[in-house]
Amino acid sequence: MNLLGKLSWDAIPYDPIVLGTLAVVAVGGAALFVFMTLAKKWGWLWREWLTSVDHKRLGIMYIILAFVMLIRGFADAIMMRTQLAVATNGSEGYLPPEHYDQIFTAHGVIMIIFMAMPFMIGLMNIILPLQIGARDVAFPFLNNLSFWLAVSGALLVNISLGLGEFAMTGWVAYPPLSGLEFSPGVGVDYYIWALQISGIGTTLTGVNFLVTVLKMRAPGMKLMDMPIFTWTCTWANVLIVASFPILTAALAMLTLDRYLDFHFFTNDAGGNSMMYINLFWAWGHPEVYILVLPAFGIFSEIVSTFTGKRLFGYKSMVYASGAISILGFIVWLHHFFTMGASANVNAFFGIMTMIIAIPTGVKLFNWLFTMYKGRVRLEVPMLWTLGFMVIFTIGGMTGVLLAVPGANYVLHNSLFLIAHFHNTIIGGAVFGYLAGFAFWFPKAMGFHLDPKYGKISFWCWTIGFLLAFMPLYVLGFLGMTRRLNQTDNPDWNIWLYIAAVGAFVIAIGIAAQFIQLFLGFKNKDKNLDKTGDPWNGHTLEWSLASPPQFYNFAKLPQVEDIDAFTDMKEKGTAYQRHESYAPIHMPSNTNAGPIMGLLATAMGFALVWHIWWLAGASFIGLIVAFICRAYASNTDYYVQPDEVARIENEHLDNVAKG
Amino acid sequence: MGTHAAAHHDAHHEEHHDTGRMTTLGFWIYLMTDCILFASFFATYAVLFMNTAGGVSGKDIFDLNLIAGGTAALLLSSITFGFAMISAYKNNKGGTLLWLFVTFLFGLAFIGIELYEFNHLIHAGNGPSSSAFLTAFFSLVGLHGLHVTAGLLWIIVLFIDIAKRGLKDRTVTRLSCLSLFWHFLDVIWICVFSFVYLMGAM
Repeated sequence: MNLLGKLSWDAIPYDPIVLGTLAVVAVGGAALFVFMTLAKKWGWLWREWLTSVDHKRLGIMYIILAFVMLIRGFADAIMMRTQLAVATNGSEGYLPPEHYDQIFTAHGVIMIIFMAMPFMIGLMNIILPLQIGARDVAFPFLNNLSFWLAVSGALLVNISLGLGEFAMTGWVAYPPLSGLEFSPGVGVDYYIWALQISGIGTTLTGVNFLVTVLKMRAPGMKLMDMPIFTWTCTWANVLIVASFPILTAALAMLTLDRYLDFHFFTNDAGGNSMMYINLFWAWGHPEVYILVLPAFGIFSEIVSTFTGKRLFGYKSMVYASGAISILGFIVWLHHFFTMGASANVNAFFGIMTMIIAIPTGVKLFNWLFTMYKGRVRLEVPMLWTLGFMVIFTIGGMTGVLLAVPGANYVLHNSLFLIAHFHNTIIGGAVFGYLAGFAFWFPKAMGFHLDPKYGKISFWCWTIGFLLAFMPLYVLGFLGMTRRLNQTDNPDWNIWLYIAAVGAFVIAIGIAAQFIQLFLGFKNKDKNLDKTGDPWNGHTLEWSLASPPQFYNFAKLPQVEDIDAFTDMKEKGTAYQRHESYAPIHMPSNTNAGPIMGLLATAMGFALVWHIWWLAGASFIGLIVAFICRAYASNTDYYVQPDEVARIENEHLDNVAKG
Repeated sequence: MGTHAAAHHDAHHEEHHDTGRMTTLGFWIYLMTDCILFASFFATYAVLFMNTAGGVSGKDIFDLNLIAGGTAALLLSSITFGFAMISAYKNNKGGTLLWLFVTFLFGLAFIGIELYEFNHLIHAGNGPSSSAFLTAFFSLVGLHGLHVTAGLLWIIVLFIDIAKRGLKDRTVTRLSCLSLFWHFLDVIWICVFSFVYLMGAM
């Protein structure tokens, strides 16, 4: 029996690009380690952050994870674009096929699961409880655990870079290609366990936030009084709990096929690979609405704030989001019209897909009507919103085009499709998160980002996006299929060059994001947000200090309006001083979350490499850790009234000073 | 939530969330996600059950008498869990423990019968690797069996908890979550029994 399973020295890929990357990571990691040790920050990091059950801190850690993974995913993107720009006219370029295949798979997995999802969940974590006037989420420990499960999945993806390989199947991992017969290596196993572990974390997040909005709203806040971002997140959470179990099931079946010689999706013994593809997209299509609905909420908050008006059509916005959520569940087949379903089935799914354009159009008009006769302040969040409205509309229209089954037969699997979904995911979700990042950064951190570099970032992203992806529409029409790693058609070359230039312009946009962050920290003292309400906001998060008091609300606010804080400001009831405060009940930090995350990582790693003793031990460890946590004492404490009064008065004095 | 019950009967009801009801609602929503997990396996079974690859079909291998025994054990365990809950609400520690123990035995009997069936099938050469039908069958029934096993583990944990510390609010909340879980598994089993076994044996 081999104690290390399939793991051996051969697992390290001797590829100059990979080794170079590993060297950079090692040097960076060592530098960070030395810095943290010299600054004696490890204890602080563990006690204050890693074990934190504070939704605001978890949100910040989610967003850090998203930015780290953005760098990784974008490095993959720029390698693909440069490869395709040099590998023309039959030249081989610098990325051999087996490496290129891993890169486009990793790019998709990372950008969707480990960049966009953590970014969205991070913003939701920071803001949603504040918007509904709650002190925390329903299950604070579970929230911490969800975060560590997401980290665990991200770790597995990154470990695959240095040990073994990643899947070469594309981010959808369709069998039979992803089955044992055609993918005998560990790549698909890394994929399975990374998605499985982080997906369970996401499901728990969905449950947690649904209970939070159903049970913990401030007194007086009815469902139809919830801020629009909270509403769109709630719809996204409904989609999470309804769709992620399907992914769990599909991955479990693929696992059984690969590990125990089952025959769900194999070519032989009666397996049916189309079943995987149906299950995958029954999750995968709702997933894109999970990503984009909260972004729609962010844009809605920003448009109404930066025009100084109420949101036009609040109710229609809520119902449109609900309609999109429901329709999002009955369109999955449009991802594979060519499966060979009957014309009637394809027509049904095509029409359902086109119908989604209607509630989405409702939203777009609502934003336009909100701006109408408003005084638009062109701050960075508003720029992202305007850019989104233009770019996303193009993506929506190409989506309707792809929804026509006949057209889809021609365009599917081509770069037209790639252009379309980047058009909606970047122009919709990513622009939304970056808008939300600029909008709520002062709230979460207490100071502003550098606005100049924020604007540079916006313009580079927008121009870079158009340069990188509009040529892909053309290439799709010219017949170039996706996932090629070299081409031999002179007509395509010019478009591939333009797309590569676009990728570098986006790189400048990403760099500008980090510069605005760096300058924000550097000039922190000059850019403090002392009032807690830098943009003249509508909703309750702006009634708190920046960053918010750790208990959020000293007294739970009484809500009488959708724009609760605007309502308070108008009635003169904002910023009230109270004579006395009650003790506040708070959950204590816990090391159970990071420990369970570590055990989950060990279990995933062991399963990838067939190290059975470790897999069994870490699985038992997970159960024991969970039971121990369930019976832990000291899971909560009280903040005393005099401390609350001191913190509140400090904030109110700052507000009074302006 | 830890030391709760003892320490915090102070007077700030204004902000005190009803954690018991939140836990129960959260558990309900979790059960709905579990329901969708089962639905995915049911759908897959529906797609694959005719793909016997020239091997056995349900009619050839299902022993309805055996399965009826297992089903009876599981349904009875739901009733006895109900008795445990009634005892718990009456704050009757001994009764709760007794009925939990009976429930555990019925659950164990169910799992024993399932393992016997699986073992029997595998030794007859009809293991999950033989055909897509058997793959889907073993997975759907096995998924339910795994859930029941988790439920058994949970019964043990709560049994020890109640025996050592009695029926505190938190424990009763957990017991009612387990009750939801246990009855939910019964409902799933009724679907498995009807759609897989009864219709398969026809």
